[in-house]
Amino acid sequence: MNAQPIHFKPSEGFRARSKAVVDNPFLRQSFRGAMDFLMSKRAAQFPDDEELQSLRSLGEAIRQYNLAKLPELLERLEANLTRNGVKVHWAETPDEANAIILGICQRHSAKLMVKGKSMVSEEIELNHAAEAAGVGALESDMGEYIVQLANEKPSHIIMPAIHKTKEEIARLFADKVEGVDYTDNVDALIQIGRNVLRQKFLEADIGLSGVNFAVAETGTLCLVENEGNGRMCTTAPPIHIAITGIEKIVEKLEHVPPLLSLLTRSATGQNISTYFNMISSPRKPGEKDGPEEVHLVLLDNGRSQAYADEQLRKTLQCIRCGACMNHCPVYTRIGGHAYGTTYPGPIGKIVSPHMLGLEATSSMATASSLCGACGEVCPVKIPIPELLMRLREEAFTAPHADPVMRGQGAGYSPLISGIWRGWAMVYRSPLLYRMATWLGSRFGGLLPARQGAWTSVRVPLRPAGKRLRDMLRERG
Amino acid sequence: MIPAHTPPPRPADVYFFATCVVDQFYPGAGMDAITLLERQGIRVHFPEEQTCCGQPAYTSGFPDAARKVAAHQLTLFPQDWPVVVPSGSCAGMMKHHYPTLFAADPVRKAQAEKLSARVYELTQFLVDVLNFKPEDCGSDCTVVLHTSCSARREMGVHLTGRQLLGDLKNVNVAQQDHESECCGFGGTFSIKQPEISGAMVEDKVKALKATGAERVVSADCGCLMNILGHAAWKDAQEGRKTPSLPGEHIASFLLRRTSK
Repeated sequence: MNAQPIHFKPSEGFRARSKAVVDNPFLRQSFRGAMDFLMSKRAAQFPDDEELQSLRSLGEAIRQYNLAKLPELLERLEANLTRNGVKVHWAETPDEANAIILGICQRHSAKLMVKGKSMVSEEIELNHAAEAAGVGALESDMGEYIVQLANEKPSHIIMPAIHKTKEEIARLFADKVEGVDYTDNVDALIQIGRNVLRQKFLEADIGLSGVNFAVAETGTLCLVENEGNGRMCTTAPPIHIAITGIEKIVEKLEHVPPLLSLLTRSATGQNISTYFNMISSPRKPGEKDGPEEVHLVLLDNGRSQAYADEQLRKTLQCIRCGACMNHCPVYTRIGGHAYGTTYPGPIGKIVSPHMLGLEATSSMATASSLCGACGEVCPVKIPIPELLMRLREEAFTAPHADPVMRGQGAGYSPLISGIWRGWAMVYRSPLLYRMATWLGSRFGGLLPARQGAWTSVRVPLRPAGKRLRDMLRERG
Repeated sequence: MIPAHTPPPRPADVYFFATCVVDQFYPGAGMDAITLLERQGIRVHFPEEQTCCGQPAYTSGFPDAARKVAAHQLTLFPQDWPVVVPSGSCAGMMKHHYPTLFAADPVRKAQAEKLSARVYELTQFLVDVLNFKPEDCGSDCTVVLHTSCSARREMGVHLTGRQLLGDLKNVNVAQQDHESECCGFGGTFSIKQPEISGAMVEDKVKALKATGAERVVSADCGCLMNILGHAAWKDAQEGRKTPSLPGEHIASFLLRRTSK
């Protein structure tokens, strides 16, 4: 069950949610510690900056190459998967994706679905839909299992329960898992989770997973994971359903190793994940294990809108490593839940507007100082700050015909636009600029002591008594 | 990609683009930067018509307003002299964003590219072009350096300020926790998301103070306005009469240290 309703508007209450975290010293300290740890893990993986930069350029080139051929590659992927015996489904919206998955569940009278970690399944709020349809959906990734037990959403795309301390998890397990006494021993907690889940893998009718890379030339679904639960979900139950966004495609098998290396090193600071699964078909005649049916659901949900614009298309280069959030000073201050979107942090700010429309997300684009830390660490060189500026433009300029995005102009305010027009009028005219700044230097002392949000934590701004141009003139 | 500009080994003339923040809020820093350059035997030209690089509108999502203001600056530097800017973020705007801003206007785009190629951030110009080695005339002191995100990530000049301070033999440069992290200014970000910006500047000021440095220096007045503004606010809150974290533009600090 999900804590938040399906049609959630992240812009609403964003500042209040941020404030709640910012004002909580315990959470501040805990996020800072967690992000510091992840940043140091990544840094240790890339001691040689030249190697890092050449790998990033390679990653960017691979992603751009494959996006350039996306329509053709999707067709090839479908053809090759179909030839391998995998059933391919296309979903334009979250509702369609849920209907496809629950339709498969119904055909097999499924009662229980075990899930490997899949952010796309979070994006479509599958657990919510499954519950409504009477299908149990159980998260089997430890972090996802914890947030599901707590009735929450993941706060990070790689580490869903990063906002929780081990004591909170200990209490949660003692409260929610049958027959468990309080222990904050991490190994014991993991053992508890494993014992619960092991039985469920055997009982489940459906295994659901995400996809990290879908290889078009071979019809192969690649899945990166650390706990082995992904392998269990994709092999133990009789039906495996994989779901992914349409952008996760690569043409060739040889594209996978560099991206995999960038992914694990950027995400968790690992050379490689503990498990790497490559799934090409259901169980073949004579084979002893593997699912009898494999399905792939390819989800659009706004991705083709981003795709259609040359600049916004770069959003789709993402391989979902989460390094941008780990290095983001904003994410570090407010954590993932404050964003109110499935994908938090810098990548969330640039991808969510395509999924939810700018109506729901226009204020998120303002939640960045454009410091550039995200763009600096992105393993596939997504220019996140540039895209944020573009989204600000799309959100705040007046609505016009033929917009490239849903909700273009949703944050338009005639007053604010008028202020910027007035600003431009003054700053493009040396005469007006001189007059305005002269007034400022003479009467700046009359500016109010309270200057809105600026003075909430700073002293008021006062122009100097003499401008630089005055000082230069006096010097002669 | 902006083609690299090769200035004469030691240009006789440079333009000075002060930035609107320096002109109005930190004129002393501008004067000190000009004096520093002049002491190197360089004629510094200050086109009186200059206003602002246009960045506030550009980063806020109003590129049309930014374009109008930027277009005005394009016309102010007719000679092929370096344009020295005492701010990494304004220099970054002119160097890296002007060509994009005028992408749809071939005439202005060509002007922008020509200008962008010869834009230098002040410390970058002092080190990379003038090979300036400041000679320290001051007594022992400890300072801490804050480098703006644009200087660091857009201009890639985060080492030049450090090098200049390192050359001052009686100055100890303290290292702050999370040095490369943003101070939380971000232009209109500071007023659109005051809670997050406030938390960032609070942490930044704490980290700077924790070094025990006597002052903070920075090559960006936007960051200084934010950092010093918060430090002073905190002093007032806690009833301190003397500033717990004084600070100034690196040009002012360098000029004082090198003045006998």
